[in-house]
Amino acid sequence: MEAYRYEDGSIGHPGHPVGPDGGDPVGTVDLSDRTAEVVTWTVSHATPPGVREPNALAIVEFDVEGTGVRAVGQLTTADVAVGDEVRPVHCEELRDPSVCLREPESQSWDGYRFEPV
Amino acid sequence: MTDVAVVGASMTEFGRREAWILELLAEAGTACLENAAVPPDAVDHLYVANMASGEFEGQTGVSNALAQDIGAVPAYTQRVDQTSASGGAGIYAAWQSVASGASELTLLVGGEKMTHRTTGESTDVIASLTHPVEYKHGVTLPSFAGLTARRYLERFDAPRESLARVAVKNHRNGVLNPHAQFQEEIDVETAMESPMVADPLRLYDFCPVTDGAAALLFCPADRAAEYTDDYAVVTGIAGATDTHVVHERPEPTRMSAVADAGRDALGMAGRDPGDVDVAELHDMFTILEFLQMEALGFAPEGEAWRAVQDGRTDRDGELPVNTSGGLKSKGHPLGATGVAQGHEIYRQVTGTAGERTVGADVGLACNVGGFGNCVTATVMEGR
Repeated sequence: MEAYRYEDGSIGHPGHPVGPDGGDPVGTVDLSDRTAEVVTWTVSHATPPGVREPNALAIVEFDVEGTGVRAVGQLTTADVAVGDEVRPVHCEELRDPSVCLREPESQSWDGYRFEPV
Repeated sequence: MTDVAVVGASMTEFGRREAWILELLAEAGTACLENAAVPPDAVDHLYVANMASGEFEGQTGVSNALAQDIGAVPAYTQRVDQTSASGGAGIYAAWQSVASGASELTLLVGGEKMTHRTTGESTDVIASLTHPVEYKHGVTLPSFAGLTARRYLERFDAPRESLARVAVKNHRNGVLNPHAQFQEEIDVETAMESPMVADPLRLYDFCPVTDGAAALLFCPADRAAEYTDDYAVVTGIAGATDTHVVHERPEPTRMSAVADAGRDALGMAGRDPGDVDVAELHDMFTILEFLQMEALGFAPEGEAWRAVQDGRTDRDGELPVNTSGGLKSKGHPLGATGVAQGHEIYRQVTGTAGERTVGADVGLACNVGGFGNCVTATVMEGR
């Protein structure tokens, strides 16, 4: 789970060709062995083709040496509350790309779900 | 730069329609020209606001097709796509064409045909605007609404019921709109007890899937009287973007593109938020009405829910919001929505909204794409 560090010191996930202030990326930060805090969450009951139903999702925030880095992703359980500590757990296929609109080869489909610690 | 007037408007019946996209567009386009008593061959520029006719129906090239179907060949045509904000972007394109002097008469038609798809398929077409890291997790626009609504309710200690009151108000307004998908009042209990869709939001916090089209006709303001006695002038228009990745915004409950577009559009018109008499906001989800009211300066941050709760945005309130019924009750045929918002503001500021007329001089429409990803705000004033 790779975040980008930019020239201005900011860190963001996912990485982009340019940072928030237009600066170049200067390095990466691995978030996968860190924990994060749940900022907000939802459980989606009207999911599109290839997505599990229900789909519990959260925006979480990692603290990387005092810099907040947010990410969005699936939760391993809907039993969460704002402020809970979670850790990333790798998942080979978050969604079945064979039945969705987007071209399967155009992007990756693995990633990290968040599990309460 | 030439001042730009709106001299005609139309919208089709919104809802589940037998017609396909080209028929819907032609129905609205022809009705708009007839509304202004203008022959189709007088049109210089023809813009079509549409998000996804290719994905929904396998029909592309809709602007050229429409030019022939309504008899506007050889008008210059262009399709405008800005996802859910295609209609507002279409107003901007139409305004530019006349303001620049490139066109003396511009027809804008917005439309979408969606209901032949399942809700899941429609949700996927719309979710295809998301970033790959969002899309692979199955993040949809309704799930962004759930994530943001929870944040708002907790951050400002707002009651869940206040969101239901947005739906109740907009359904009440929709009863008076003969083109609305739902012309039926609901009560708070019905909204609060409807099925959960994206916790904490329930079915009645969401707009429906809709077929429909709407149109507006633009010309130089100094020629408007040739077409009609009562017209509107586009006194302000502006657009802005926010990040593609929604969670990268500093605060999920602040819509910066709405704030930027609204400030610039009102600034161009020489108006303050307090000068606005009527507003059409993009209530694809109830929570979005609160966030836009706050970003546009109609309510302080964290206070919009109180304004709705107190009835200040009712049709007889100090700032009526979504007199058309909004997306919630009128329906949300993606590419048509921004144009239909413009239709309502045009009707309001020219005093031709029938029973919905609130006596407004200055109206504002705010059309939102994605979850605030791209926004166009338009100010119209009656003449």
